Amino acid sequence: MDAIASKSISSINLSIYRYDPDSGKKPYMQDLSIDIPEGQDIMVLDLLNMAKEQDPSISFRRSCGEGVCGSDGMNINGKNGLGCITPLSEALKGNKIVLRPLPGLPVIKDLIVDMKQFVDQYKKIKPYLINDEEKPEREIKQTVEEREKLDGLYECIMCGCCSTACPSFWWNPDKFLGPAALLQAHRFISDSRDTATEERLDQLEDAFSVFKCHGIMNCVSVCPKGLNPTKAINEIKKKLVKRAL
Amino acid sequence: MAMNGKGEELDASKLKVLEFDGIVVGGGGSGLMASLQLAQSGFKTAVVSKVFPTRSHTVSAQGGITCAIQSADPDDDWRWHMYDTVKGSDFIGDQDSIEYMCQEGPKAVFELEHMGLPFSRTEEGKIYQRAFGGQSKDYGKGGQAERTCAAADRTGHALLHTLYQANLKAGTNFLSEWFAVDLVKNGDNQVVGVIAFEIETGEPYFLKSKATVLATGGAGRIYQTTSNAMINTGDGTGMVLRAGFPVQDMEMWQFHPTGIYGHGTLVTEGCRGEGGYLVNKDGERFMERYAPNYKDLASRDVVARSMMLEILEGRGCGPDADHVYLKLDHLGPEIVHKRLPGITELSKTFAHVDPVEHPIPVVPTCHYAMGGIPTNVHGQVLTQATDGTDNVVHGLYAAGEAACVSVHGGNRLGGNSLLDLIVFGRSAGLHIENALKDGITLSKATNDDIDLALVNLNRVNISSTGEDVATVKAELQKNMQLNFGVFRTGDLMEKGLVELENIREKTQNIHLTDKSSRFNTARVEALELLNLIEVAQATAVCANERKESRGAHARDDFQERDDENWLKHSIYFADTKEVTKRDVNFRPKTVQAFQPIVRSY
Repeated sequence: MDAIASKSISSINLSIYRYDPDSGKKPYMQDLSIDIPEGQDIMVLDLLNMAKEQDPSISFRRSCGEGVCGSDGMNINGKNGLGCITPLSEALKGNKIVLRPLPGLPVIKDLIVDMKQFVDQYKKIKPYLINDEEKPEREIKQTVEEREKLDGLYECIMCGCCSTACPSFWWNPDKFLGPAALLQAHRFISDSRDTATEERLDQLEDAFSVFKCHGIMNCVSVCPKGLNPTKAINEIKKKLVKRAL
Repeated sequence: MAMNGKGEELDASKLKVLEFDGIVVGGGGSGLMASLQLAQSGFKTAVVSKVFPTRSHTVSAQGGITCAIQSADPDDDWRWHMYDTVKGSDFIGDQDSIEYMCQEGPKAVFELEHMGLPFSRTEEGKIYQRAFGGQSKDYGKGGQAERTCAAADRTGHALLHTLYQANLKAGTNFLSEWFAVDLVKNGDNQVVGVIAFEIETGEPYFLKSKATVLATGGAGRIYQTTSNAMINTGDGTGMVLRAGFPVQDMEMWQFHPTGIYGHGTLVTEGCRGEGGYLVNKDGERFMERYAPNYKDLASRDVVARSMMLEILEGRGCGPDADHVYLKLDHLGPEIVHKRLPGITELSKTFAHVDPVEHPIPVVPTCHYAMGGIPTNVHGQVLTQATDGTDNVVHGLYAAGEAACVSVHGGNRLGGNSLLDLIVFGRSAGLHIENALKDGITLSKATNDDIDLALVNLNRVNISSTGEDVATVKAELQKNMQLNFGVFRTGDLMEKGLVELENIREKTQNIHLTDKSSRFNTARVEALELLNLIEVAQATAVCANERKESRGAHARDDFQERDDENWLKHSIYFADTKEVTKRDVNFRPKTVQAFQPIVRSY
C-alpha cells in the first residue's frame, strides 16, 4: 500500500502477451495504460480485470481471487506467480508491468496455457491414497507427528508456477516429473496410511523421473504457497539411494 | 463447427453429440462425490466443469465439516447435531433431510478419510474437531460442542483434491473447461442432457445423458461484496429457471460475519471456534450483549446482524467507522500458526495485518445461498404442480449449494455446507446408480427440443449491437447490494425490483463484441450474466414476498418471525415471477420432530 502511495502512481503501463492461433497473427505484446485508484495497492488480477474492461478479448483464467484455486498462474515481470495475490507494489518495475503466460507450456490463447503435460505428470505418480488393508469402521488412526509429515506437501494448489519455472521440466516435460508432481509423490510416500511406498519408489527409480532435478530451486522461489518441492525431491532421492545401498 | 465471428446460428444438426449414463455439471465437492459414486459402479460418467475441477469454489472452504463422529466427545450424538441444524435453520429446514444428513454424515466423513483426506489429528490419532457457531450438546442444554472436523483451516482444499484424486482412480471422464449453457428438455418435461461447449475450441455439443446432475454451486456474484469465487454465477439455477422449473427459498442468503474489510475474502468461523472474538471501536466484546450464552459463536445470521448494528450505531472501527475487528492476537503464535495458517496468509495479503500481532478488520460478506433448486433426499429435482403437490423432474438431479434439499432452511450453520456436499452428492449418485441398474427409460429429444435450448447461446453469438456485459453486471450487483443486503425493507426492495426489470431488459440485449472461437472468456461471461439475472430476480421477488424476519432474511418493516403464515418454503417460477408456498417437512423417520421455539443464542 505504502509503496504505491508514496510514488503516487495512478497510471500503470501494462504490457501483455497476446496470441490467438486462430487469428493467423503472430504473438505480440499489447500495451495498455490503466488508471488505478490512487493510494490503493491492488493485485495484478485486479489490473487484468480492468484491462479486460478496456479490451474484452484479453483472455486469462481466474476463479477464487484469494490464492487457493490455482487458476491464475502467470509470468509477472519475469517471475511466475498468482495474479490474485501478487500486489502491484511487489510486481511493478517503475510503473511498468509485463505479463506473459507461464513459460514452457503450449499457449492456447493469451495468458492461457495448455496444462495437459503438467496434469499428465501429476497423474503418473498415482496421486491418491493406496491402502489395501481392510478399512476400520472409523478413521484410520494417524498420530499428530505422522500427520505433521504431510504439512508442506498437501497444500499444493496445482497452479503450475513451479514446474514451468524449472529448466529440467522445460527440457524433459515428458520424462522428468517436475516439482509439482514430485511434491505430490512425496505427499503419498510420507502418508502413514499409504501402503504402496515401495511401488511408488519403484516407479520413480530411473534416470529422469526424479534425478533430472539438479537443485536449481526455482520452484522454491516461485511457489505462491511457500512450499519447498526441492526438499521433497531430495527426500525422495535419499529414500531411493538408501534403498539401493 | 466451432462458434465463430460470422454470426451463424446454431441448430440441432450442427452439434456434435456425446452420450453418457450420467453427467454431472460442476466439479466441486458435491459434483465429484456424485461422479465418484457413479464411476465406481462402472457407469459411463462425465463431469462437465467450466474450470479444472480443483479450481471449483469448494477449494476455498476453510473451517471444516460438521459431523457427530464422536472424536472430540465420545458421547456426541447426531440427534444433537440435527437439533442445532433445525434451530439454526429457523425451523424451515426440512427435518427428513436434516435427519438423513446428520445420521449418514459420519459414514461419509470416514469414507473421505479412507480416501486419504489429510484431517488434522487429536492426541489419540483421531480426526480433530473444533467448535463452530450454533453447536450444542444435549439439544441446547449441555453447552458448546466441538463438532467440526478439520484439516487445519484448509478443509475444502483437502476435500476437493482428495475427491479429484479419487475420481482419477475411478476413471471418471472429465470434460474440463466446458461450459454448460442450457438443459435439453423433451415434450414430456424430462431432462435428457445439456447443451455445452468446449471452451478451448468453442465447439458446441449436445451431451446426452440418462441422468443429469446440477452441481453448479453458489451464485454469490449477484452481490458486490462476496466471499464467493468469480465463477459462482448460479449457472445451474439459471438453467433450471429457464427450463420452466422452480427454485426454493431464494431470499435466504447468508452474510458471513468475517469477510476481510475492503475485499470480502473470508476468514473462517474457526477463528472464533479457536477462541477469537469480535470487538467494536471501544474494544468491547459486543457479542456478549447480543448472545449472552454463545457470544461470538452464535449462529452466523445473528453475528452478522449484531456487527451491522454496531456499525450503524456508530461503534464501528476505522476512519469511516464501517467495520469491526476480529481479535486473535491473544491466542498466541502457536495456535494461530498451527490451527489457522491459511488465515494468517490471507490477512497478511489482503488486510496487511499479521493476526498474531493485530486484529483483522472484518465486515459481513455475502457467502452462501441457503435456497436453490428444490430436491428430495435422493437429489431428484422437484417441481410444483398447480395444486401444490411435488412432482419429480425425470432425468434431473441437483446437489450441493445449487440445490435446496433444505437442510439449511433460513440460515446455514458453519461446517454444514461441506457435509451437505458429500452426503447429498453421494445420495444423488446412489439413486442414479440404482435407477440405471433398474433401467431408466427417458423419451428422446426432438430437434425442436434441442433448438429451444440453443436460443440463449444463439442470441449472444449473433448480437451485433447492445449492452456491455461488464457494465450491466456491475449495475446488477450494486442493486442487489443496496436493496437486498443484510437488512431489508419493503420500500427499498420495491425500488430494487423495478431496477431489476430494467436490468433484465438490458441482459436480453447484451452484445458480445468478441466472437472468436478459442477460449473466449467474454462469451462465458456473457452467458454467466444471463444466469446471474435469473438468480437475482428470484432472490428479489422472494425477499419482497416473505413478509417476516426469519434466519438470514431480516426485514425492518416485518421484524418478527411469522410462523402462522411463513413457516413455509417459498417457491418461485421465472415465467410468472410469482411466489407460492411449500410445506416444510416435519416428519423425520427415527426421531420426533423439533417444533419451532423462540430462537436465542
